[in-house]
Amino acid sequence: MSAGLAPLLARAEELAFDTGLASVRAWKERTGGLAIGFLPVYVPRELLHAMGCLPVGILGSGDIEIIRGDAFYQSYICHLPRSVIELGLGGRLDPLDGVLFPAICDVIRNLSGIWKLQFPDKLSRYLDVPQDFDGAIGGTFYRHELEELVRDLEARGARRSTRQRCGPRSGLQPPPRGRAGALRPAPRAAVEGPDGRALHGLRAGLVVPVEEHLEMLAAYPGRVLADEERRPMDQARVMLVGSFCEQPPIGLLKTLERAGCYIVDDDLCQVHRWIRAIPTDGDPLDRLVDAFLHDAIPHAVRYDEKADKARDLVDRVHACGAEGLLFCARRSATRRSSTSRWPSRPSSGPASRGRASSTPRTPASSTSSGSRPGPSPTRSSCGAEPPEQR
Amino acid sequence: MLESGNVGPTGERLPDPDLLLLSYTGCFTFMKWFELLREKYDCPVVMLHVPYQGDGVVTVPMRKYVVDQLRDKVIPVLEQVSGRSYDEDLLRAMLARSAKAEDDLVHVLQAARNRPSPIDAYFGGVYYIGPIFTAFRGTEEAVGYYEALRAEVDERVRLGKGPVTPDGEIPEERYRVVVEGPPNWTSFREFWRMFAEEGAVVVASSYTKVGGVYDLGFRHDPDHPLETLADYCMGCYTNLNLPSRVDMLVRYVEEYQADGLLINSVKSCNSFSAGQLMILREVEKRTGRPGGFIESDLVDPRYFSAANIKNRLESWFQMIDQRRRTA
Repeated sequence: MSAGLAPLLARAEELAFDTGLASVRAWKERTGGLAIGFLPVYVPRELLHAMGCLPVGILGSGDIEIIRGDAFYQSYICHLPRSVIELGLGGRLDPLDGVLFPAICDVIRNLSGIWKLQFPDKLSRYLDVPQDFDGAIGGTFYRHELEELVRDLEARGARRSTRQRCGPRSGLQPPPRGRAGALRPAPRAAVEGPDGRALHGLRAGLVVPVEEHLEMLAAYPGRVLADEERRPMDQARVMLVGSFCEQPPIGLLKTLERAGCYIVDDDLCQVHRWIRAIPTDGDPLDRLVDAFLHDAIPHAVRYDEKADKARDLVDRVHACGAEGLLFCARRSATRRSSTSRWPSRPSSGPASRGRASSTPRTPASSTSSGSRPGPSPTRSSCGAEPPEQR
Repeated sequence: MLESGNVGPTGERLPDPDLLLLSYTGCFTFMKWFELLREKYDCPVVMLHVPYQGDGVVTVPMRKYVVDQLRDKVIPVLEQVSGRSYDEDLLRAMLARSAKAEDDLVHVLQAARNRPSPIDAYFGGVYYIGPIFTAFRGTEEAVGYYEALRAEVDERVRLGKGPVTPDGEIPEERYRVVVEGPPNWTSFREFWRMFAEEGAVVVASSYTKVGGVYDLGFRHDPDHPLETLADYCMGCYTNLNLPSRVDMLVRYVEEYQADGLLINSVKSCNSFSAGQLMILREVEKRTGRPGGFIESDLVDPRYFSAANIKNRLESWFQMIDQRRRTA
């Protein structure tokens, strides 16, 4: 590996799996700013950034054994919330001054209430987002939500949000979709080499300021190309979808690559790509609202008002030149899998349709939990164990 | 059912809908569900998004959001589909009748504060108390039904009688229980019998509040028809945040002098189930009364394991007995 690429990847990996948030602690010591955690999939990081806060993505506990978190959830509830509880009760999220719980599913929604009771001194905010995409209705509501968030943050010491500070020069723009996309082989071009580790680069951006992440993203493609050990191979180009919430283990990505696949598009760490572009003129909150309503990607966590979601998936397959599409459906993830249907399209669609890690569910063989809930009743009754993070 | 010809439980084919109205309150699955239904039926779809009480309050912007959707999205589509204009006076009249029935409904539910309780506020609550209200709210028939029910329940209180079950009256009220979570519908009668045989009476339940938290004071207000509908939607039990749900259950345990909280955790509804173990511990901590926890499902018969549930219930009742002896 080239001298330039190795340290970049090492830094990305270090950040990606820093569940103790050492980099966040260092940032806070350096700046005195607020660090605000957020759950998948989308929060308006631009607003946090403009108020001098560090948005910190929370994706679960990685290799850490879940003990306390299991005491909060029945066996059939997905892995992410129990691992987040584990991190919180274990003190690993102490650097965070608050956590935002975006409206993506019932489990994350209810986790916001658990957080309020477990961490009463921290900011715990359920970020409701409109499912009505009319600017005068859903837009007005969302603007109020953002204004309340601003008030909450200011009350905790974030710098006052002003039009000037939220302006175009203060980083309101998210990392361009193209930059995040640079971590993947160029569409329809000769791929550069197996690189499941690119996920590290996406995850690293969840714990560092956007400026630092942009530098990493900018440096990455050139260093890959300069890598003397790079060995392009004849592999199938596949798109991986269904992993937008808790991230799949790196082992899964490596396995896919070793099985002969290049992952040429995915829905990993979608907060980087949720909004395609935010205009930098006018009122910044209005721009954030408009972008959310009208320029966000079709997604399982948004009401698919115009049946765009499946069409968008097909368009993405064509755009990245994928030869196959892998649905990575997990247990207890209603939003991921319940409406994954394939629209009628010409035969130019993907060559294959697969389902990765689709473990059949079996009913619980026994009811459980007596009067005092211990860790995880009927822990293993529902098939696959939750994926690890790395 | 849908894929096999839409034949209902009575053996008759259900008609296709003229409109799909997605009232998106408290359950994310509904949204996905309607995206699928839209593919099945050639009819309009209208969505009413009800914001969650994340901070335990209904704010002015939240109310405005729902009212705006009702006025500008839902009503126009209903007018188009039905061919009838929106009649606000008619709505006001229905809301006034609804409020009248709500008074009687709450009176019936709160009759469970008596010893013995004249009703079962869970099994009976979803059997002859709640559903009539849900289906016929705002009608004269509903007003009449709840007047009659109130009189009958008052008479049972006067006579010191307990609740009626499908197997007859419960002769002795041995345990007073608050239940959180939906019932199992697939073995409903068997499930109820497990309680009745032990002399366990449910004096309050959360599931009967997914249709509205009238016992906490809410009443439909005919003077503000759309606003009151918005408040109703946002006040439904599963739209409350977990701290509010804990507060409500603690209040039930104390006000209804219950022996403890029992949670029936169902796999098919994360809106209810995610966080219930925390709820159980919080209610135990605040009330000092033991909690019980069983698992089943609303609709999937494979998740109803009668022997295990019965075993758990008996263990919990023994724990309550033990507490009484050592108190």
